[in-house]
Amino acid sequence: MSSLTRYVIRHADDNLILAQRLSEYIASAPELEEDLAIANIALDHLGVATHLFDYAAVLRGDDNSADYLAFLRDEREFTNMLLVEQPNVDFAHIMVRQLFVDAYQQTLWPALSMSSDRKLAGIAAKAAKEAAYHLRHSRGWLIRLGDGTEESHDRSQTAIDNLWRFVDEMFDSDELDEEMRAAGTGVNPTELRAAWDHQISATLDEATLRRGSDDYQRRGGRTGFHTEHLGHLLTEMQWMQRSYPGLEW
Amino acid sequence: MDAAVISGAGVVTATTELRHALETVVDPEIPVLTIADLGILRDVTEADDGTVVVTITPTYSGCPAMDHLRREIERVLHEHGRERVEVITTFDPPWTTEWMTPEGKHKLDEYGIAPPRGNTATPIVCPRCRGESSRLVSEFGATACKALRVCSVCAEPFDHFKEI
Repeated sequence: MSSLTRYVIRHADDNLILAQRLSEYIASAPELEEDLAIANIALDHLGVATHLFDYAAVLRGDDNSADYLAFLRDEREFTNMLLVEQPNVDFAHIMVRQLFVDAYQQTLWPALSMSSDRKLAGIAAKAAKEAAYHLRHSRGWLIRLGDGTEESHDRSQTAIDNLWRFVDEMFDSDELDEEMRAAGTGVNPTELRAAWDHQISATLDEATLRRGSDDYQRRGGRTGFHTEHLGHLLTEMQWMQRSYPGLEW
Repeated sequence: MDAAVISGAGVVTATTELRHALETVVDPEIPVLTIADLGILRDVTEADDGTVVVTITPTYSGCPAMDHLRREIERVLHEHGRERVEVITTFDPPWTTEWMTPEGKHKLDEYGIAPPRGNTATPIVCPRCRGESSRLVSEFGATACKALRVCSVCAEPFDHFKEI
């Protein structure tokens, strides 16, 4: 597989797994409008993943389709970051996870929209517009929850403390990132950190919440070493294609 | 892509007749709008081997109507005797509500959906009572392209096609 293909799949995996996690929650939100919002946001992430997988399938040039990449690869072959596979737990965990990803993607997509690869740049430019909506949504919720009741505040802080150990991995730059950046195709994730920190600090201040501890950080998703949760997610998500390979609607 | 083709108004190429035929394809989510009204239909050309190449740009990354629209485009062209059809999806440049035609905006309004505004400093007008004051209930409505609002004048809920 070429470097570009692996790079495209990495970003597709992030969006597919997050879309699946959000989809699990539909019909369980605290209000109908929120069910619609989460369904819409999940659909945006799924759309981005679909377009990236379609592109990766073309780049691979073999007979395997986008469906193969999504539904017939094993856990170790998925290169999403660990944050997106973390379970929903409660509404606070969902919104904190989303805030972290939205703030990251709000800086990632505009940067990737400058890619010398026009296909990748086009998908990123589209996603950038959507990420702005997503961030307004998760940011608004975090402020309401953090600055809300004692329980919503405590649950939000617990979610931040639990998920903070997956933050650094978003901004790791590995050999593939460096190669893609040197080629003018990709970005250096480390350079996205300052904008993310700024956005998160401003939001948490307003929400009367505090940042988590940087002491212990988990990583490994980009090399296929995942937390226990991804396998369970794939079991459910991939069941149909595993039982009926090649099935089409 | 040819710069002239993507400039707002939609330059009509040599395949005018086919383009007019494709302008009858409607969006399944908002059936009063055609893909031309929405600005989804970007270009219709004919390759040297006679293949009709249609370029479309999705409104949103996850727009569930795209597969349906591709099939509709193929069906219409087949009806016009064109067997070889290629539908290209492009995001470059990304779709914007600025591509929606004035005619499309008018039809949306009559259908009961407040159309996207050219200038977001102007008020969103209630499609039922023309009231210019409303409250945002949710930025995410029944489809990705719409937000849910409630009119402060007539108290009725309505959809607003979001500017993007």
